[in-house]
Parts: sequence; structure tokens; C-alpha cells
Amino acid sequence: MYALVDGNNFYVSCERVFAPRLAGKPVVVLSSNDGACIARSNEAKDLGVKMAQPWFQVRHLEKSAGLIAVSANHELYGDMSARMMAVEARYAPRQEVYSVDESFLDFEGVRDDLVGVGRHMRAAILKETGLPTSVGFGATKTLAKLANNIAKTADRKPGSYPAALAQVCDFGRLSPGELDALYAATEVGLVWGVGRRTTEKLKAGGIHTVLDLMRADVATLRRQFSVVLEKTLRELHGTRCMELDDVPPTRQQILVSRSFGTPITRVEGILEAVSEFASRAAERLRQQGSVAGAVGIYFMTSPFRTNDRQHSVNVTLPLPRPTADSAVLMRAAEMAVRSQFRAGFRYAKAGAILTDLQSAGHEQGELDLFSALEADAPPSVDPRARLMSALDTLNNRFGRDSVRLGSTAMGSDGAEVAVWATRQERRSPRYTTRWDEIPIARA
Amino acid sequence: MNSPDDFPDGAPVGRDGPAAPTVRRTSSAFGSPGTDSTVRRLDLNDLLVRHQEATFMMRAAGGAMHEAGIDDGDYLVVDRSLTARHGAIVIAAVQGEYRCRRLEQAAGRGGRPGAAALVAADPAVEPIVISEDTPLEVFGVVTFVIKSLA
Repeated sequence: MYALVDGNNFYVSCERVFAPRLAGKPVVVLSSNDGACIARSNEAKDLGVKMAQPWFQVRHLEKSAGLIAVSANHELYGDMSARMMAVEARYAPRQEVYSVDESFLDFEGVRDDLVGVGRHMRAAILKETGLPTSVGFGATKTLAKLANNIAKTADRKPGSYPAALAQVCDFGRLSPGELDALYAATEVGLVWGVGRRTTEKLKAGGIHTVLDLMRADVATLRRQFSVVLEKTLRELHGTRCMELDDVPPTRQQILVSRSFGTPITRVEGILEAVSEFASRAAERLRQQGSVAGAVGIYFMTSPFRTNDRQHSVNVTLPLPRPTADSAVLMRAAEMAVRSQFRAGFRYAKAGAILTDLQSAGHEQGELDLFSALEADAPPSVDPRARLMSALDTLNNRFGRDSVRLGSTAMGSDGAEVAVWATRQERRSPRYTTRWDEIPIARA
Repeated sequence: MNSPDDFPDGAPVGRDGPAAPTVRRTSSAFGSPGTDSTVRRLDLNDLLVRHQEATFMMRAAGGAMHEAGIDDGDYLVVDRSLTARHGAIVIAAVQGEYRCRRLEQAAGRGGRPGAAALVAADPAVEPIVISEDTPLEVFGVVTFVIKSLA
């Protein structure tokens, strides 16, 4: 059996551990530019705040309903995630950390009462880290995900599912009849891997619930949908199509993007932002030991600002030779911006995407993050690779942007350069990673 | 109040495993017993952090716990995995903020715990009596106090 352990409203829960004033209040966490709600407490969900909803659309709830918004504090969430994952890892021989707040655990061969194990684990995580979680057990990853969803919903909305399934739900302990009743009460769109468009198509074809999907004709589905859906269906029937990955797969693309705090109208601002994004993407590229064969950039106006004229650009530049060199990647990104920029628009968002990724292999030499600076490391063949490695090491050690390449340095256009810098007016202290920001206890 | 600079910024707090062994290679053909072996210098984490995932650092503000050895500006090592018992110095949420107090738990009847209160070391400070309106919400148990003397 697999378990999926998931932090409930994870970012909000992390904030609440250190700020008891947030308990029981409607709370949202805003994306790093304070643009959109990326986590909501149950109370905020009850107020009707939707996932990823732009902040300006719900801002009025601050005054009318006491909604509290905080800026994303990723340093805090990262440390709390590491603590949560470490507690979970005690309970199973193998763990796959799937995202900042989710991990799969492999209970293959474990004969214990899994609901009991799940409750014990949940209590330990809550006690040690203060974070509430939901636990789902299933024979496949897709089933474990679904069980987790049911455990969470049964807890949050009493009456939606049997109360016994709240917080911890083990499909392995339910009879076929009980499972069918759950599947019939669950919308097909909640199944892992069934996206919004597939859901619409399925519903048009009369498939509304998980049970409908499971009883659908496989041959018909295969004709109408991708093999992905067929795989999902087999997983729902209990056939493992996805194994537990001990090593996360290399990312196939690296995207760094951000909404601007204030719209940007001039080319210098877009250039500055996009080249910075390319530089950060390049850093991640080197961390995973890859090179990129193409650089994509995009920038766009805000579709939410309906009074603004709309314009969006999305281009990809293939590179003559795959590289992980920040300077080359940034130059390509800047060229793409210059070729596409049009004045007279209020740009709200931009991004840089590195694609066509491949292993750095031999051509780049050793790019291990620390070895290049260690005295006894073998000298790297490529001086530029060494420079990149040194850049990453310094930024890692002394904080982002301690050292930048010349072309990412702050431009002369101070005003517009400053506006796209992350707007995090409401960020909470980094309680667990900075000595000067640890919580205060009144004594 | 001590300066926050007593500790380096960004130093990891309470989540370190045992420190990586310090390995030094020398070019001496015979090796040197002083530097060639793998030695592990004393690490305060081993002493102060009993449960890595559950240990958090806090800082005391105020003088009401002076008689209990906690002064304004002291660093507190707080272990969430411990269960707060009578007499323990705890961090508890009171009216939306964290307080450092001693937990006093009267013996109840039939083996059940009696009335509880969060009591300052300074007798002039009014205890916080736990009731249905003021539930006991313990963050963790204070296990060590770190103070700067020089």
C-alpha cells in the first residue's frame, strides 16, 4: 500500500504555528509579488476566496470580513516542510517527497493496521511541528491521492463522506460496496491526472463521478482520450502504473516567472526582469547538472485589468550550442525581448523558460556546486563553468544576489528597475532560519 | 537586550543533523595523527537539540521569569515533542501571543488533572488561570536557556 500524506492548507498552517493570533481567522497567503492567493485557511475558503484568485478581487474582505493576508514566506515553508517530511519518513521504509507539502510513503509488506499507523503519524506531525495533515492509503498512487482527498474533505465538510474516514482514510480496509459508494459521491475531476479539459469532455460524455469513470468502456476512452487517462483508469482499478521514485526525475523545463508589483511600460524594465529570471533559471539548471538547448521568454499585460489594452509575447530562441552559461542564456533572453517589445502597454507579468534540457555530460566538466571551490578539487577544464559554479556557491552561501554577473546588475533606470522586485509587504518573520527573526515569547 | 548579532545571521536553527565530519587531507606521506583522522568537534546541537524536527528557538522579552533564570533577551530552546507537565516552563499561546510561563497543574480527583494555571516567576504578576474561555494552548516545553554574559 501507498500512503499520501498532505499538509492541510500548508502555507497557512506554517504561518499559524508561529502566530497564534491567526488561529480560527480567515487567512490567505499571497504569491511572492502579493498578486494572488496561493493558500487559504478553511475560514477563507468559506468566505468564497478561490485558489489563485487575484488579491485585488478579494481585498475588500479585509475590512468586511476580517480576512488576513500574508506574503509568502518560502524560507519558513521550506524548513517546516523538511521537518514534516522527516517525521513522516520514520513511518515507512521508503518515501518520495512529491511537493513541498506532499509525500508518498511505501508501506509494501507492512501488515499493521494502517489506519492506526496513519493516525499515529498524523498525531506525531501535529505535535512536533504543529502542522495538521491528511493521510490517504491506496494500492496505487492514484488511489492514495484519492483516499487523501476524501480524508481531507470528510474532515472539512462533515456529512460529505462517512465521518470515520476523516483525517485518515484507508481504501484497503473498505469493502467493494463501500468503495463504490465513495466513488459515486466523488466528482471525476478530483482524480489525480484528470485535468479541467478532460473533465469537461468526460462530463459531456455522461461521466460525472469516479464510479462512472471506472465503469466506462476502456476501448472507448482510449479512442477519445490520451493514454494518460487509460493509465489513470488502470491505477483506479488497482494496477500500479506509477512506481515510487526515490530520485525525482530531472526537470524537463525550468521556468522562472513573476507578476510585477506595478505594471512595467518600458523596455528597460522588461529587459531587467527577464534577464534576472534567465539568470535564476540558469542557476537551477546548473544545480541539476543540465544544459539548455533553447531559451523562451514571455511578457504580457494583465487579463484582469480589463481597461488596459492587451498584448502578450511568447517566443523561444534555439541556441547554437546547449549551455548552462548564465551570460549566454541572459543574452539570448534579452535579444528575444528586444525583438518583440512593443511600447504602449502596461506589462504585468514576465518569465524566462529554459527548454530542450539535457545532461551536461562531459562538455561542461564537473559542475558540482562545491567542488570547484574546494582546494583539492580537480581543476575544471572550462573556466566559464568554474565561474558559474563559483557564482552559485557564493550566492548559496551568502544569500541570493550577493554576487551577480555584470549584466544583471541594477540598471541606471532605478525607478522602473525597483518596481518589479518582489513585493512582499506582509511577509512574516523567517522564524526558524534567521536568528534575528525568531519568535518572541513574552516573559 | 542582547544583540541579535551574537549568532551569525542565517545560521540554521534546530534542524541540523550531526555535523558532517571534518575531513582534512594533507600531503604528508606519513600522515599526521593530528589532522589525518576524521574528528568531530563538539557541536552544541548535540547538547541542546534532543528532537531535531520538534525543536524551535525563541527569544524572551520581559522580566517576569527572572527568578526562574530567564531574562529579557535570553534565547530559549523549545521542544514541541515533550508533554508539558506540572512545573515545566512552557511557551503557551495566550490571547494571540506567546508567553513564557511555568505550568502549574493542581492534582484533580480520580486521577484526572485539576485546574491549571500559567504562573510567572515574579509573584507580583497575576497568574493566567486556564478555563474554557482561556484554554491551555502549549507550543512547547522550554528545555534550555542561552544567555550572553560577556
